Amino acid sequence: MISDPDVLGLLYLVSIVCFVLALRFLSSPKHARRGNWLGGVGMLIAIGTTLLVEGISNWALIVIAAAIGSVVGLVGARRVKMTAMPQMVALFNGVGGGAAALIALAEFHEHGGVLTWDEGLSIALSALIGSISFSGSLVAFAKLQELVSGRPIVFPGQNVVNILVLGVAAALGVAIVAGVEGQWAIVTLIVLALFFGVMFVLPIGGADMPVVISLLNAFTGLAASATGFVLDSTVLIVAGMLVGASGTLLTLLMAKAMNRSIANVLFGAFGQVQTGASQARADDGRTVRATTADDVAVQLSFARKVVVVPGYGMAVAQAQHDVRQLADLLEERGVDVKYAIHPVAGRMPGHMNVLLAEANVPYTQLFEMDEINPEFPQTDVALVIGANDVTNPAARSDPGSPIYGMPILDVDKAASIIVMKRSMNPGFAGIDNELYLDPKTTMLFGDAKESVLKLISAVKSS
Amino acid sequence: MTGDLTFVIELTILVLAAFLGFEVISKVPTMLHTPLMSGTNFIHGIVIVGAILVLGLADDTFTKTIGFVAMVLATANVVGGWFVTDRMLEMFKRRPEPKKDDER
Repeated sequence: MISDPDVLGLLYLVSIVCFVLALRFLSSPKHARRGNWLGGVGMLIAIGTTLLVEGISNWALIVIAAAIGSVVGLVGARRVKMTAMPQMVALFNGVGGGAAALIALAEFHEHGGVLTWDEGLSIALSALIGSISFSGSLVAFAKLQELVSGRPIVFPGQNVVNILVLGVAAALGVAIVAGVEGQWAIVTLIVLALFFGVMFVLPIGGADMPVVISLLNAFTGLAASATGFVLDSTVLIVAGMLVGASGTLLTLLMAKAMNRSIANVLFGAFGQVQTGASQARADDGRTVRATTADDVAVQLSFARKVVVVPGYGMAVAQAQHDVRQLADLLEERGVDVKYAIHPVAGRMPGHMNVLLAEANVPYTQLFEMDEINPEFPQTDVALVIGANDVTNPAARSDPGSPIYGMPILDVDKAASIIVMKRSMNPGFAGIDNELYLDPKTTMLFGDAKESVLKLISAVKSS
Repeated sequence: MTGDLTFVIELTILVLAAFLGFEVISKVPTMLHTPLMSGTNFIHGIVIVGAILVLGLADDTFTKTIGFVAMVLATANVVGGWFVTDRMLEMFKRRPEPKKDDER
């Protein structure tokens, strides 16, 4: 039992330092793992300290709840496949937001609704942001897990409904700050915020998920920070805000990588803006040329330089290990193999990096867009595996295209381009890709994994 | 519950933490953005401190129930977030075996 607030404060300070150092260590792959361990130490200190706060009881409930949560977390984290990481991150993000909202509700109840204005503000914000994060993350999870369609789900007047719902929730928040004491106020606020969270993520297409997930991550951090104000806890304020800052920064980076404003990502319902102009262009007589694995194998084996451009298609097919094997085979034949990583390829920030790391591709072989783009003109073969919109030259040339202005990988500047794709269906953004009509482009249709396996055996026998 | 901080002092801490967060995070390379998200995901599991305070100091059934659920969610956040991050980071290695780097 510790009753001296200074001792508690100091212990929390130690855990704050651990969290800051953890984030610092994350800036290099060499120390990153140590960083996570340090974060773990910080968390244990914070938990241990809190358990020593004077007056803590209900031990049986605490232990049972912790046991249930641990089993859920452990099983989830252990059993999930690497390709399912984005939805797992979304899920763990959501439960954190839910916890913050519930804490706000409990505190409101404890005070019987009699709050000073700053307590009211913190409780209202924590309940609002936490609930949005909870339901929003669950919808993001469902979309990524393909429990609901990954395509944007829209209906007329959606934005009006959303603004109304959020407006009423905000008004309730103001009422709580102003001193409304009825519990109905906070309960209604939470229900509306939960509803808003669902409505807010539903219309967002799969390709924009990296932005949404980092935004929801920021939300949960901010909600945690707000509960810190309610509970007068420095560690909650600081740790929550660190996450809030990090999530905000990542969100801005992702939006910038697509050359779109955050508002456009969130409320633009991407994919609905298909223009007639870019449709018509597909019918000007140029056709798509399909090829066979054997032809591609020969092309690859005799190339000097190959750049692999992975996308979500590789993730879905779980082809990363086979891609690496193919690259190894080519390297043994003296081919220079590099990977080009677009910042928004996949469904979360850095998604491709994690998958390729899982397949033991050394990170020194992965190149970011700005590093690799000048190299495409000297590249013999650009091998596009399940990537679409991030290679679409319309982003540079067609002002009518919804992705116009988005920085892309300049694969069309390579001497030849091979696109591995399941079918001619357009990508998540629902836009035709000019690249496929380029005379230098050949298409290898089929599941990415099967195609790569065919390529491996063809390269081996050639 | 770590003493009586005034709102303004707490706000000061918040703003400084925001700047610190931006500063530290802007150094993280794109390659590590997924582990960063997952790692910060783990760190916001710090709401577990709030959950313990609510549940541990609760005396009526309503607060106990809410606190219990919050505790389950927060623990899942902490445990799941940490192990997912650790699994990801385990994979970030340099060349697995020292070979063929010297070919060119």
